[in-house]
Amino acid sequence: MKLPLRLPLVPDLPEPGSVWGLLAEFDDVDTVLAAAEKVRNAGFERWDVHSPIPIHGLDEAMGIRPTWIPVGVLAGGVVGAAAGLGLQWATNAFDYPFLISGKPFFGLPVAIPVTFELTILLAALGAVGGLFVACGWPQLHHPLFSSERFARASSDRYFISIEAADPRFDPTKTAWLLEDAGATQVEEVRA
Amino acid sequence: MSTPDIVRDERRLGAGAERLWRVAAGVGLAGIVVSVGLAFFTAGGFRRLGFAYLTSFGWGLSLALGALFFVILQHLTRAGWSVVVRRLAEGVASTMPFWAVMAVPVLAFMPTLYHWSHRDAVAADALLQAKSAYLNVPFFIVRLVVFFAVWVLLTRFFAGRSRQQDESGDPGLSLLMQRRAAPAMIAFALTLTFASFDLLMSLDPHWFSTIFGVYYFSGALVGFMALLTVSALLVQRSGLLRRAITVEHYHDLGKLLFAFTVFWAYIAFSQYMLYWYAAIPEETGWFVRRQSHGWGWVGLTLLLGQFLLPFLALLSRAPKRRPRTLAVVAVWILLVHWVDLYWLVIPEVSPQSAVPQLVDLTVLVSVAALGVAATVLALRKHSLLAERDPRLAESMAFENA
Repeated sequence: MKLPLRLPLVPDLPEPGSVWGLLAEFDDVDTVLAAAEKVRNAGFERWDVHSPIPIHGLDEAMGIRPTWIPVGVLAGGVVGAAAGLGLQWATNAFDYPFLISGKPFFGLPVAIPVTFELTILLAALGAVGGLFVACGWPQLHHPLFSSERFARASSDRYFISIEAADPRFDPTKTAWLLEDAGATQVEEVRA
Repeated sequence: MSTPDIVRDERRLGAGAERLWRVAAGVGLAGIVVSVGLAFFTAGGFRRLGFAYLTSFGWGLSLALGALFFVILQHLTRAGWSVVVRRLAEGVASTMPFWAVMAVPVLAFMPTLYHWSHRDAVAADALLQAKSAYLNVPFFIVRLVVFFAVWVLLTRFFAGRSRQQDESGDPGLSLLMQRRAAPAMIAFALTLTFASFDLLMSLDPHWFSTIFGVYYFSGALVGFMALLTVSALLVQRSGLLRRAITVEHYHDLGKLLFAFTVFWAYIAFSQYMLYWYAAIPEETGWFVRRQSHGWGWVGLTLLLGQFLLPFLALLSRAPKRRPRTLAVVAVWILLVHWVDLYWLVIPEVSPQSAVPQLVDLTVLVSVAALGVAATVLALRKHSLLAERDPRLAESMAFENA
C-alpha cells in the first residue's frame, strides 16, 4: 500500500513551461485498453487513462492496486465510535453526573445511538477526506487542461497521459511506445 | 464471459442429487423417530419437544420466507446481477408447501405451546379476555391457513413463471412478474409480520412488540443470504454452473449478507433499547426472562455471533471475494440464526435453564435434513439457471466497480 505523497494544499507542479508529460489520443475503447496494458507492462507508475465512459476491465489493464481509502474509512469509524462513547461518558458520568429518572449515569444501551451516528459520520468523512487526499484536491488547474484536444475526453475520445516525472519517461521512446500502441496523436504537454 | 459460454455449463442436478434427497429424507425421518423417542423417555419430554419443534420450524420456515422475499425483490427492482442465482432462491422458496405440512405439528402442539389456547386460562386473565377476539384457536388456524396459502401462491407464481420462461423465452413473463412484484411484496410483508406475531410472539401473550415482525424478517433475510451463498458454492463444487456464477456474484451475495447482518442488529437493538429506556414492567418481563438464569449468555452469544463477528469478518472487500471464506461465515450465520430462534422460543418453556437439551438438536437435524430433501426435490426437475431470462447476459457480464 502506497500512501499519497502529494498533500492537497501544496501541489508539486513542475516549473512553468517545462514538459509535464505526453498525451496520446485514441479512437476506440479496445485500442486504449490494449495500449493501457502496454504502458503497464512497460513499468510506468505515473500515468492515467481518460475516458468519457466507464471501461470494464480497465482497472486490471492498468494494474491499479487496491486503494488505501478503506483504511481511512475504518479509522474514521473507530475514532467516531470512541468519540461518541467518550463524549457521553465524559459529560454524563464523569464531568457532571446528574441523575435523570433513575437511569444509570452511563447506560450503554442509551449511548449506542449517538455512538452509531458518530461512527457513520466520521467513517463517511474518512471516505470523503481520503478521496481528497488521494486525488490531490483541491487542485484548481492541471497541465492537461492546456491541451485543446483533451476537451474531447469528456465526449468521444480516449486518452493516455504519462508524466515526465515517471522514472521511465523518455520524451522520444515513450512517444514511440504510445504511437506503437495505436495512438492517433501524441502531443507534448507543458506545465 | 459471454452467454454462449454457459451453454457448456452443467445445469441440471444429476444422480448425486437423487441420492442426496433420499439420504436427507432418511436422516430427517430417523430424526423424528429419535426425537419422539427422547421425548417419550424424559419427564415433560413432549412439552419440550413442542418448543424444540417450534424453534427449528421457525428457523427453517424463515429461510424459505427469506428466499421468497429475495425472489420478489429481484423482480421488484428489475435486478440484473442476480439472474444466475435466482433459480436457487426459487428452489428454496418452492419448499413452501412442505413447510405448510410442517406447520401441522405446530397446530397439534397448540395446547402445549400457547397458553392463551386454554379456555380456563383466558377466563382467569382479563388481558387474555381482551385479546381473545384475535387470540383464539379457530381464528389462529384460519390465519395460518391464509398465510401459507398466500406464500404457496406467491411461490408458485414467481417460480412457475420463471420455469415457464425456460421453455418459451418470452420476455413478457419478466414484465408480468415485475408488475406483480409490488402487490406481492405488500402481501408478503403483512403475512410474515402477522405470522411471526402468531407463531412466536404469542408464546407470551402478555408481551407485545410492534417491531417483532421486522425482527423475524431481518433474521430470515440474514439466514437466507447465508443459505444462498453456501448453496451457490455447493452447487459449483459439484460441477454445476461453473461458469455462470463468478466471484462478482459472490461479492454481491457477501455485500447483502453484510448489509442484513447490520440490519438485524439495528432492528434487534431498536427493539431492546426502547424497552430498556421505558422500563415498564409489562414490557420488560420478556427481556428479564431472557437475561436471567444463564439466558443472558445466549443473548450475548447473539450479539457477538450474529452481529459483531460476521460484521468484522465481512467488513472489508477481500473476504467477500473469496467464496470459501464467505461460505464459512455463512454456515456460522445459519447456525447462529437458529440460536436466535432458540432465544425467542425456549425461555418460554425453560426459563430456569438456557442449556440446550438433546431433543433440541435432534429436532434441528431432522428439520434441516427434511428441508434439504424438499429443496433438492424442488430443484431437480429443472435447470438450475433461469436460462432464457432476458437479463441473463447482463448478469453474466456483471462486474463490481
